[in-house]
Amino acid sequence: MQRALPELIWSGFGVLVMLLQPFVRSRQFFTFIALLGSLAGTAAAFTALVHSGPGFSGLIQSDAFSFFFRLLVGTVSFLVVLAAGPYLDREKLPVAEFYALLFFATAGMGVLASAQELLTGFIGLEMSSISSYVLAGYRRDSLKSSESAMKYFLLGSFATAFFLYGIALVYGATGTTQLSKMAEADAAASGTLLKLGLGMILIGLGFKVAAAPFQVWTPDVYEGAPTPVTALFSAGPKAAAFALLLRIFATVPAATQYWFWAFWVLAVLTMFAGNLGALVQTNIKRLLAYSSIAHAGYILVAFAAVTSMAQGGAGEAAPAYAAVLFYLLSYALVKLGAFTIVSQLGGIGEKNLSLDDYAGLSQRQPFVAAMLSVYLLSLLGLPVTAGFFGKFYIFKAAVNSHLISLAVLMAINSVIGAYYYLRVIVVMYMREPSAEAAALPPVAFPLGVNAVLLLTFVGTILFGVYPNPVINFILRPNLLGH
Amino acid sequence: MLHGGHLLSVLIFFPAVGALALMMLRGDDHKFIRSIAMAVSVAEFIFSLWLLHDVQIGASGYQLEEFAKWIPAPPIHYHLGVDGISMFLVLLTTFLTPISVLASWSSIQKRVKEFFVMLLMLEVGVVGVFLSLDMFLFFLFWELMLIPMAFLIGIWGHERRVYAAVKFVLYTMAGSILMLVGIIWLYNTTGTFDLATIQQQLADGLLLGQPRTEMLLFLAFFVAFAIKVPLFPLHTWLPDAHVEAPTAGSVMLAGVLLKLGTYGMMRFCLPLFPEAAHRAARWVALLAIIGIIYGALVSLVQPNLKKLVAYSSVSHLGFVVLGIFAFHNISMQGAVYQMLAHGISTGALFLLVGMLYDRRHTFEISEFGGLSTPMPKLAAFFLFVALSSLGLPMLNGFVGEFLILLGTYQRHWGWAAWAALGVILSACYLLWSYQRVFFGEITVEKNKTLPDASVREKWILATMAVVTLWMGINSPFITKRTAAATQTVMDQVEPQRAYEAAAPAGEKPRAKGVPVSTISQQKISSSSAAAPVSVERLGIH
Repeated sequence: MQRALPELIWSGFGVLVMLLQPFVRSRQFFTFIALLGSLAGTAAAFTALVHSGPGFSGLIQSDAFSFFFRLLVGTVSFLVVLAAGPYLDREKLPVAEFYALLFFATAGMGVLASAQELLTGFIGLEMSSISSYVLAGYRRDSLKSSESAMKYFLLGSFATAFFLYGIALVYGATGTTQLSKMAEADAAASGTLLKLGLGMILIGLGFKVAAAPFQVWTPDVYEGAPTPVTALFSAGPKAAAFALLLRIFATVPAATQYWFWAFWVLAVLTMFAGNLGALVQTNIKRLLAYSSIAHAGYILVAFAAVTSMAQGGAGEAAPAYAAVLFYLLSYALVKLGAFTIVSQLGGIGEKNLSLDDYAGLSQRQPFVAAMLSVYLLSLLGLPVTAGFFGKFYIFKAAVNSHLISLAVLMAINSVIGAYYYLRVIVVMYMREPSAEAAALPPVAFPLGVNAVLLLTFVGTILFGVYPNPVINFILRPNLLGH
Repeated sequence: MLHGGHLLSVLIFFPAVGALALMMLRGDDHKFIRSIAMAVSVAEFIFSLWLLHDVQIGASGYQLEEFAKWIPAPPIHYHLGVDGISMFLVLLTTFLTPISVLASWSSIQKRVKEFFVMLLMLEVGVVGVFLSLDMFLFFLFWELMLIPMAFLIGIWGHERRVYAAVKFVLYTMAGSILMLVGIIWLYNTTGTFDLATIQQQLADGLLLGQPRTEMLLFLAFFVAFAIKVPLFPLHTWLPDAHVEAPTAGSVMLAGVLLKLGTYGMMRFCLPLFPEAAHRAARWVALLAIIGIIYGALVSLVQPNLKKLVAYSSVSHLGFVVLGIFAFHNISMQGAVYQMLAHGISTGALFLLVGMLYDRRHTFEISEFGGLSTPMPKLAAFFLFVALSSLGLPMLNGFVGEFLILLGTYQRHWGWAAWAALGVILSACYLLWSYQRVFFGEITVEKNKTLPDASVREKWILATMAVVTLWMGINSPFITKRTAAATQTVMDQVEPQRAYEAAAPAGEKPRAKGVPVSTISQQKISSSSAAAPVSVERLGIH
């Protein structure tokens, strides 16, 4: 039971918040409970690591890999709670339901990351997705929010249906849904049915991580959802879905042998779709959403390297896994920080979301502008930020697998990406604020929000200069429990 | 943890400490901010003078090395080292920074604190590039200095500053991302990021695979450096960046940042990929010669004075690239000398143009005319600097250009003949523009009452003039110290010749291409023409 402790704690706290909601009036109480719960779950991840091994008769696997992701989603949910408080107060939204949904989503992400069996993965996927659908529509009075929830729900259910159908086909082909049993299965036993099943699973999970051509929902949903929820979306579910994808495609021999080209094409399409789409955006949330698509593309480059390397045996792909994990960590930190700033600066009703509202921010609020610049530069891949090491490790994995053309395409996309990240920096630093904006008092950044910014900033710079602890951890040989 | 001395680390990070201190200050105490910035940059220059004392003359290989383990996987280390070439480039940087601070004393009035912070961070990045011996560290500093420069252009520049800044960043970044792929590929082949180790492996006979691989790697590095130099046809970012940058930005850009490209060619392209360098040499020389002549011709027709000086940079640095790819020791020493001389004289030209802008807020030559009447001292300095830029003997430009042409002539006389055209053309555009700006009648009313050079400006210009003259007369001071380093580059790019050179002397030819060579210079100079030819031996000085 200790092997699933984090998810149990998170679900438990979610239920607790739901039960207490009719009886307790104080918003601070729920915020406190939420912080406590996310921290407790994150701490429980350590317990789960100590007791590593299969749990619930092989349905989940607690190992270093799932520890990393539990830590990641736990930290993400902790930071989202901190960041969401002021937003919820400003928009006068109920807090208890928000935290409950957040807990369930986090628990779902934890299950996704530790799933060793496809139907368990489906449960995790649905837990996190359904909570996400409701969270996307949390601002009930906003048309955009309801639209984003509706879009996410409809498209997400469709994608989950693909996922489920894929599981059924895989079961039909291999006779099992356990990843470990499939790993032992003969690679030659895979036929068209298995390939089709795995392809559908890829479609279902590809939707979740915003891979092209399944990325169309991302800009609209990210734009419409309340900004702290967007912060959660960009960091948490993406990481968890990548975790499951990595587990499947790295451990099942039938998967690795045949899906290299699929990932290659997906990576190229996603990178270009994200970067080219972002070039023309004027709404900062949409710009960051398209950049999320582009970064999913970079991670898919690492997946192409994983499948290419794993053809020589599962152990060979360790540097490529390391690239994916490190990139997800640096990316999650940075996106959280960036969306937190966007949520604070958005104002009541999220009015101030266009790039013009950021003009001259460096003169009105220099500290905030500097933070946002650091996050954008990390997304760009400037040295001394964690994003640079992330890109570097992915380049290294790609070049190691002799995917030179893919590496060059990723390089080209990095430069395209630089253009729109620089555009935001240029607007903040090199344009004068409009007269009305300059007359307004600076936006308040309460303690919780500042804590989020501080943690993400320190994390970005720290891992940009000294990534050793993370790298040493990720490169251990028994990462996936075997 | 950190093995070796500390001077190089201090040189890299002291301006960062200064920048940090500046950030703590209040933003409106401009005088104090400028004084602190000046003090920090002058102190940095004094520290760098210590390099002259510590670095041994005539010893090949890297000196004052510092080493610390940094990242376990892949193995990346904090490895610094200096040799004759990088020492003088560091000195150039630390010399030009206080000059830039002084030049911006009164022209920068808004966001003064951020300006000097950016300038100091730029110095950190550039000095770091020159001193890095680990390729990853090199790339880190290379990318790091993009952002301060972009801010310097984009915030404190002129009308089209944002366009110029973004163009600068994207252009340079495109090249350097390709270089990153090249670095990782090279790491794949050699298993290390450490430059000295790779050079050792190369000397020990480790082949880089097929010639095609070597050529692709060479190009990956070369394109990034060619963008920076800038080499025709990748030069189009330069005129915009220069014209729109503030004076200090232009001085640093022309004086120092452009040398990063040529330094990279000497440090990476030639030693690591000698075969590919040989095969590409004629094309590179062609581009260099086109750059020399094209840059000079475009300068000739420029109505904008600053753009004229910018294109003259393209022309002068074409000489440097030609000198490097002529693969002759003399021309390589000339290339290094020209790098330093161009930094000083073009830096001074930009300072002077900036002083004109401070008075009239325009760069158009037609707005000037007859300025030697109200501003005789400024005109005198301008003439002095223009003459040094076009290569008048006894001034620094002559030494560099002459050595380049001499060395190039000995290998490919045709290249030298074409390049010499550039010398003539530079005289044309410099003298003609000088005549239009300073001589003749005063055509615009406002020009009659312009103030002459102030005390601060005179100090700046006098310093630059003294250095120019000193470099022109006392060139052995520099060539003596760069001879060993350029000879090492020569040996690495032509290992076969050095191999043969050692054989007749009857001794076993050791791994000559390795920077930490143990063969003394004396033994080699007793043999054939591939000997390290020092400039003194030719009896030039």
